Amino acid sequence: MTLRIGEQAIDFTLPCTDGHMHSLSDWNDRPVLVIIFSCNHCPYAQAWEDRIIDLQAQFKPQGVKFAVINANDPVKYPADSFEEMKKRAKAKGYNFPYLWDEPQEVARAYGATRTPEVFVFDQERVLRYHGAVDDNFEDSDGVQHHYLRDAIAALLAGEEPPVTETPPVGCTIKWK
Amino acid sequence: MKIDFLYFEDCPSHDQALARLRQVMAEEGVEAAIAIHKMETETQVQAWNFVGSPTILIDGEDIDPPPPGTPAALACRVYRWEDGRISPLPSPEMIRRALRSRLHREEGDS
Repeated sequence: MTLRIGEQAIDFTLPCTDGHMHSLSDWNDRPVLVIIFSCNHCPYAQAWEDRIIDLQAQFKPQGVKFAVINANDPVKYPADSFEEMKKRAKAKGYNFPYLWDEPQEVARAYGATRTPEVFVFDQERVLRYHGAVDDNFEDSDGVQHHYLRDAIAALLAGEEPPVTETPPVGCTIKWK
Repeated sequence: MKIDFLYFEDCPSHDQALARLRQVMAEEGVEAAIAIHKMETETQVQAWNFVGSPTILIDGEDIDPPPPGTPAALACRVYRWEDGRISPLPSPEMIRRALRSRLHREEGDS
């Protein structure tokens, strides 16, 4: 069962490519928290990756925090191992923590199924948007609906996100 | 001309890739049938040396040959377009170039 709009974020503590452990509560002071389930190998994740980095940079001054979680089975998909995550985070200059959900418990608790799959929480950590980053994985210039960007902007303005749910588009999470 | 379209159900845009292939074939006047193969088992993956979904073969040749050593796997495929963009789908130009290359070779053979 996927976390539903209006439900509370579920706490976690996960290892990060930065060498530390991070928990949901680390970011209690942030007005908006964006959790994205993603990975290294998936072309959809790669196609949206730069846009995710740009959005984190765009909203950093307002205190918005992104955290990206990889839950894929690295035995089946070695490109998604923790070591490879560290390499990708460094190579791409990730401006957010890249967390490893090796037991896949966080992904299951959130009900994530795809990479990338976005969950946006407000200050009280209530889920306010769930789904895709935007409506065009191929062409950032051709995007008609900036779901993630608009949801964050709306929450910062104290408003309802214009769209609260879209189908996540991407590779399936690779379960053990 | 023999065209094979290989896909893995978990990668959501295979319909879009197939539509793109048909569109470019129509634009290039290629009337060959497309054999569609759904990859489901490790046996199929190895038999086709399937490196990811979608894969398009023209007379057995990949339209965007993967680097040597790319492992066969039930996975989604990364295409790097001419402009550097990353996409889960081949670009129309990638398909067009492969079709034209094959057509030119056929002309040379006849």
